[in-house]
This record gives sequence, structure tokens and C-alpha cells, in this order.
Amino acid sequence: MTAGGPGADRDTRRGRDRPPRVRSGRPPWILVLPALAGAAFLVLPFAGLLIRAPWSTMGERVTEPEVLAALWLSLSTATAATLVSLLLGVPLAWLLARTDFPGRRVLRAVVTVPLVIPPVVGGVALLLVLGRNGLLGRYLDTWFGITIPFTPAAVVLAQVFVAMPFLVISVEGALRGADRRYEEAAATLGASRATVFTRVTLPMVLPGIGAGAVLCWARALGEFGATITFAGNFPGTTQTMPLAVYMAMQRDPEAAIVLSLVLLLVSLAVLATLRERWVNT
Amino acid sequence: MRESAPRRAPRTLCALTAAALAATACGAQGGGDGSPAGSGDGELHVFAAASLTDVFTALAEEFEGDRPGAEVVLNFAGSSELAAQINSGAPADVFAAADTATMRQVVEGEGLDAGWASGSGGAAAVFATNTLRIAVPPDNPGGVEDFADLAGDGVSVALCAEEVPCGAATATAMEAAGVAVTPDTYERDVRAVLTKVELGEVDAGLVYATDVASAGDRVTGIDFPEADEAVNEYPIGVLAGTADAGLASDWVELVLSGTGERVLAEAGFGTP
Repeated sequence: MTAGGPGADRDTRRGRDRPPRVRSGRPPWILVLPALAGAAFLVLPFAGLLIRAPWSTMGERVTEPEVLAALWLSLSTATAATLVSLLLGVPLAWLLARTDFPGRRVLRAVVTVPLVIPPVVGGVALLLVLGRNGLLGRYLDTWFGITIPFTPAAVVLAQVFVAMPFLVISVEGALRGADRRYEEAAATLGASRATVFTRVTLPMVLPGIGAGAVLCWARALGEFGATITFAGNFPGTTQTMPLAVYMAMQRDPEAAIVLSLVLLLVSLAVLATLRERWVNT
Repeated sequence: MRESAPRRAPRTLCALTAAALAATACGAQGGGDGSPAGSGDGELHVFAAASLTDVFTALAEEFEGDRPGAEVVLNFAGSSELAAQINSGAPADVFAAADTATMRQVVEGEGLDAGWASGSGGAAAVFATNTLRIAVPPDNPGGVEDFADLAGDGVSVALCAEEVPCGAATATAMEAAGVAVTPDTYERDVRAVLTKVELGEVDAGLVYATDVASAGDRVTGIDFPEADEAVNEYPIGVLAGTADAGLASDWVELVLSGTGERVLAEAGFGTP
């Protein structure tokens, strides 16, 4: 979000990456050793994929229409799910962090439920509510002729269900960490609560929102259980990359590795770009 | 497979299945190939496909009731997993598989008891069949009556993905019927198809007859003639490693008897 060209942007960032103030000696081994072990644990499975990948046939496998369709579906639904999560999740986080009402603690616990339950159960729960015979779904069907399961919209809803809590939790954390005196000052100067939110609070917690959105997008991109249960699995319509990987695994593990690598590389590229743009501002 | 697997496979498979099973294979592993499976004290080790769980559990009670002192130790898992265990020397008296191809692996590994096999013409006996059925919700919202209706406009259908066994059977049935069904979803296994029908999310799904039976009145099953082209046959045989060929033969006889047929039919299995 920094003004100026990409070059200027990069320069400021470099400056920031260096230890800005005091050099306090060598980093202690008690932190460095577990940090390296942690990094190795996260990177090694990826190396395993790289080693087992069938590089000779990589090109033709990656450009198969079904793969491209699944990739496009994954990227577009995960992005849509993140936008929906931002629209609903940021206000929800504000409600949890800035207001006091009976049942707030219960509400916060409820928000984290999707983090705890297995996604497949989440998918069944969505079917029971939004399915053709679901609590709400039956009225959508009889009144408007809308059925949600087996459509890309269902993919987005499944992703919002499992991914939005990540956004809510990080934005709520940012709100709680932000200095409330600025908001109070704005309020004493006559700003309404809505104005304080858009003019003061929102700019202050923007990095938190950015980090939450990145987490949310990544979680949505990797979503499998709730998607296959609620949205089903049909190439081009609801078969996202994780579903395509699962299906390929049944038939041809090498194809599954290729698909996993494609998903990994694309998501890493997107996340790297987004981090530069958002998280460091 | 048979040459490299014996060293490693039994232990790995044991580790995988030990939690779920009564640790039959693992405990007696030390016996190796030479020593017999049970010690002749009336213990009968039956390895059976997972889809036979209910049927064989019921038959085991019957078997033990008729023979004081006899104890049936059941080991349920995927057929191919069990075949690998048997071929690597797991102590088993009887094997019942969910398809003939898997049993063939055991027969080719000379896993069948010679005495028993000579009586049955050298092959395992087919004791049950499982066929595809159309499952619809009880109120049949799509008005599905036969296989061709699945391809109709406005009928939402769930099928198994072609990558999994029930999907392969589905493809065979479609070819036999000359009907190309485009489903709304390719499910990852047959139980997932059943769930979609049970919840009423689709108008119809293709599942096995045993799945329809297990769902009770939550779904209605519809037979279709093309299913005869994609029948799963369940073979059973006494194994070479048996310690008590008599007891093992008794078990096979019970499964093939009228009693066995009745319990199998209740679970939705067909007769060969």
C-alpha cells in the first residue's frame, strides 16, 4: 500500500527487514535450533513431493483441460470465499472486540467451532441447513427454485464456513491490540461510531485484516472435506484442486503429486505477492 | 509381490489393523509358515471382506452355539489387504473375499487347502453376490423407475467416481444399458452416494444392494436388469495354513447352508 513505484516499494522493505535499531549479539541457540527443526519439518514433505514428481511428463499433465479447470475453480472460489469472509467477518470481529452484550463469550466460542469440528461434519451440517431438504434450503427450493449443493456457490459457502474463523480471530486479535485512545479521541471530537470504525479503527488494523485474509484464502484453497460433502465433486463445476488430487490418488498417485505441486506453487506465488502488498504495510 | 512382501508386509499390516481387530494375525505371527494357525483347540480364524461384518458376526454366534469349545476369531478388512496378509503367512483358516480377482491372488499363491480344494474342483466356492441397485429417497421425488430415467432432464443423480470400485461397476452397467448418465456429483465411495440419497440431496444414486438393505426405510431400492452385467461375486475357501481343516470346512458349510443364505439375504446379498 506504500505510494510510489515498485522500486521504491522494495527499497523501503529492504530497509525494514534489516535489524533496525540495536544489534543484540548472536541469536541464542535455544531459539535457533527449534526454529531450524520447525522449518525443516515444514519443508521436508514438500521436498518429498519434489523428489517423487514425474518431471518428464510434467508439462503435458499440467496443461490438461481438467487440471486447468480445477485450478481456475480453486483460485476463483477461494478468492470469492475470502471476499465474503471479509464482508461478514470483519464486522463480526469488531462486534466481538468492541462491544459488550450478553452471550458474547458464547458467540466467540461458536465462531471457533468450524476450527474444531472435522470439515466433513461441517459439510453434513451445511447440507442439513442449506441442502435441498435442509432447514433453510427447502424454502430456497420451493420459493425461489434455488438449490445450492452441487454448484460453485456451494463450494464458496463450504470454504467460507471453514475459513472465515481464521479471519475473525486474527482481526479480533488486531482490534484488541490496537490503541483505543485514538478511537476515543475521535469520538470526543464528535465522530459517530460508524465514522470512527471506517476512519480510525479500520486503517489501524489493516495489517491484521490483511494477515487474516491471507490465512483465510489459504485455508479456503486447501479445503477438501466440507467441499466434497456439501458441494459434491463434478469436474469443472465443483471439483477444486484438493478434490482433483484426492481422485487422482485413487487412480494414479503420480498425477496426484503433479496436481499437488501445481496447487502448492500457485498458492505460494499468490501468497508471496499478497504478503508483499498487504502484510508488510 | 509374494517374493518381496513376506518380510515386511505382515508387520505393517498388523500395525495398521491391530487397533481395529482382535489382534489375531499379530499374536500368532511367530508361528511362521511351518506351524499351523490355530493350535487345534477349537479356535477358527476367519478372514473376511469388510462388507461381510454383520453377516459373519451373526453366523459366528450360531457356529459357536452349535459347537461348545469352538471359538471363531473374525478378522475384517479390505479384501486385497487380507489377501496380502494370507500370502505373507498370516495364520488364517478361512478366507472370504469380496471379489473373485482377490481370491485368485490367494489361489495362485497356493493358499487354498489342498484337501478342501480337491473337493471343490480346485477353486473357491462363490457363496454370495452383490449387485448395483438404484437408491431413491422414500418419496422418489425424481419419479425414477428404471436405469434410463437416471439420464432424464431434471433428475439429480450421485454416482461413485470411476476411480473407486463401485464406480467401475457403475461404468460397466452404463455400458450394458447403453445409457450415459451425467451425475451431479462423483462421490468418493459408495457410502457417500448413499448419504446423498438419504439426505434427499439427489433424486437417485447407484449403490450396492447391501447398502440399500443397511439404510432400512431411509431409501428405496430399485432393481434394474443391466445390473446383472456388473455383479460382484464373493468366494470363500479353506486355506492351506489351517490347523483344523474339519472345523474350517464346517464354517464354509454353514456359510453355504440355508442358514447362511438366509442371513446373507437379510443383509441384501444375492445368491450365486
